[in-house]
Amino acid sequence: MTDAASFPKADAVADELPRFTPLQRLIHWLMAAGIIAMLFIGVGMVSTIAATHLTLVSIHKPLGVALLALVIIRIAVRFRYGAPPLPVDLPSPMKLAAKASHYAFYGLMVAMPLIGWAMLSAADYPITLWGGFNLPPIVAPSRELHALLWDAHRTLAFVFFTLVLLHVAAALFHALVRRDGVFQQMAGGARP
Amino acid sequence: MADPTRSRSLLASLTAIGFVVGGGAAAFAYTAGWLSPDRLTPAKVVDAFAPPGGPALGHRRNHAKGVCFTGSFESNGAGAELSKAQVFEAGRYPVVGRFNFGTPSPVAPDAKARVRGFSVRISTPDGQEWRSAQISAPVFPVSTPQAFYELLQASGSKAPEAMKNFAATHPEIAGFGGWTKTAPWTASYAEERYNGLNSFIFTDAGGKDRAVRWSWVPEAPPVSVPADDIAKRGPDFLQEEITQRIAAGPARWTLVVTVADPGDPTADPSKAWPADRRTVEVGKLIADKVEPEADGPCRDVNFDPTVLPLGIRTSDDPFPAARSAAYAVSFDRRTAEAKDYPAK
Ligand code: HEM
Ligand code: HEM
Ligand code: HEM
Repeated sequence: MTDAASFPKADAVADELPRFTPLQRLIHWLMAAGIIAMLFIGVGMVSTIAATHLTLVSIHKPLGVALLALVIIRIAVRFRYGAPPLPVDLPSPMKLAAKASHYAFYGLMVAMPLIGWAMLSAADYPITLWGGFNLPPIVAPSRELHALLWDAHRTLAFVFFTLVLLHVAAALFHALVRRDGVFQQMAGGARP
Repeated sequence: MADPTRSRSLLASLTAIGFVVGGGAAAFAYTAGWLSPDRLTPAKVVDAFAPPGGPALGHRRNHAKGVCFTGSFESNGAGAELSKAQVFEAGRYPVVGRFNFGTPSPVAPDAKARVRGFSVRISTPDGQEWRSAQISAPVFPVSTPQAFYELLQASGSKAPEAMKNFAATHPEIAGFGGWTKTAPWTASYAEERYNGLNSFIFTDAGGKDRAVRWSWVPEAPPVSVPADDIAKRGPDFLQEEITQRIAAGPARWTLVVTVADPGDPTADPSKAWPADRRTVEVGKLIADKVEPEADGPCRDVNFDPTVLPLGIRTSDDPFPAARSAAYAVSFDRRTAEAKDYPAK
């Protein structure tokens, strides 16, 4: 048996644990809320002919573009501060899955808004973010390109949502089952 | 050695994770409408236009037959009193438009063109656009988008009583029905008056809102032609006539804005407003070139009536939102089917 008293208190350990910086954590949670909202707004707005259709579309576009701005800041911050290491005892396939899914997230967070923007450009719609303010088009009008981007926006949205579910499951698995501090690296709070 | 408290809490943890993930997936499916087969989705509405043999791939799902025109909108400045949109400041703004009629078939004979359409996109130097699509009927057949869907189903139904039953539960259709039976026919797109029917809100520079509707009133005097005569004309007589007419000289329409009085039925396009409402002539549309649709400038335009400049917005009329959702589906499908409709 080990003598618990010979170890420092859990809180003290947690304080020394490497974590994402507060800025990284703030952006992670802001974007998590924003992206989950975007996914629900997206599928909701294309499923109704009620007046909510227009309301949801008018949120989808500016929120999507705001998330594009945030992810650019996020990537810069990530280059500057890096990420805390995963626990040494985490099996390497899990480490690989974590890394790969995080890269996929960064890719999707950049690609989705750009595809949405390009899709509206290809359709020759004004890209109105709010009353009287339009973004410039980023591609020339083209029916073929529009069809391609529309498919991509829709397909990647479903891929994105699936990944979010897996990511949440993994985060909760760290928090509730492994209790290895990975959750706290992003969530803050004391290590279990 | 197995620790019973530990394995119980493991089970509880895994259950909790399952609930979060399963609940999230279910909420997503619900939002997307996958759990509500009764939800009237834009896709369902668009499907309802398709004739028994299926839709014409690559073409608009309604008002499928048409020709493009270009020209300009000459604003006289009178509209600036009603709306701060730049399009109402005196000036000349480029237009892309489309003459068309209500049919799911791009090869329907023009003699079928009872409900004729006029689609307009006006662009202003401030980068904004005003898109609209109006028809020759003075009222819409039904009061709500839901009822329009039911009308499409009834008219596509093989049940002999379907239309009769529909009319019995939607008496408002009598106004439109009366128009189709009694209104004179003309032999030209240029002789038609095109009505917006839906109500929108104009906001003036002082921030005051007014509910309005609008119509495009032709400069060419309408010449009425017996219906039997129309039936004998060639399948594309309307397109040929407008092409020749505009090649010889532009066709013009005056844009007349009607301002609602308080209490007028803004949410119901099947109800006309009283004839004595204030009207303002705000400018003239000049169509000076007609081009076939296949490689014309209107082909890939979605005349979505909710593409509006600042100074015009939607009202409590439920149609523009429904139209926007449905036109997008039609546009998404036809652009994806471009290979089925080659440019000539
Ligand atoms: C994080 C970014 C984004 C996410 C997660 C997202 C997600 C979605 C989803 C789930 C849909 C519904 C797809 C379907 O069920 O068919 C959708 C549709 C759409 N999105 Fe986005 N979106 C994003 C960014 C944007 C941006 C920035 C724009 C435009 C500026 C945009 C424009 C659209 C449009 C116009 C549609 C409707 C397409 C149609 O069916 O006609 N999206 N989006
Ligand atoms: C749309 C939603 C989300 C996206 C796009 C997202 C994206 C990401 C990304 C890219 C990382 C890696 C950060 C890096 O290495 O730079 C990360 C880490 C993390 N996320 Fe999320 N996340 C989302 C939602 C959530 C939610 C809802 C939770 C909690 C239930 C969560 C918990 C975590 C945790 C604990 C980490 C730290 C993992 C580690 O230390 O390696 N995330 N997230
Ligand atoms: C809920 C009611 C309505 C539905 C579901 C509906 C549906 C459609 C669809 C699917 C198209 C093809 C759009 C495209 O592919 O670009 C279309 C075109 C058109 N509709 Fe409607 N419509 C509705 C109400 C109206 C009303 C009230 C008017 C007139 C006041 C109207 C006039 C037109 C015209 C003129 C076009 C041709 C547009 C073009 O040239 O692209 N529609 N409609």
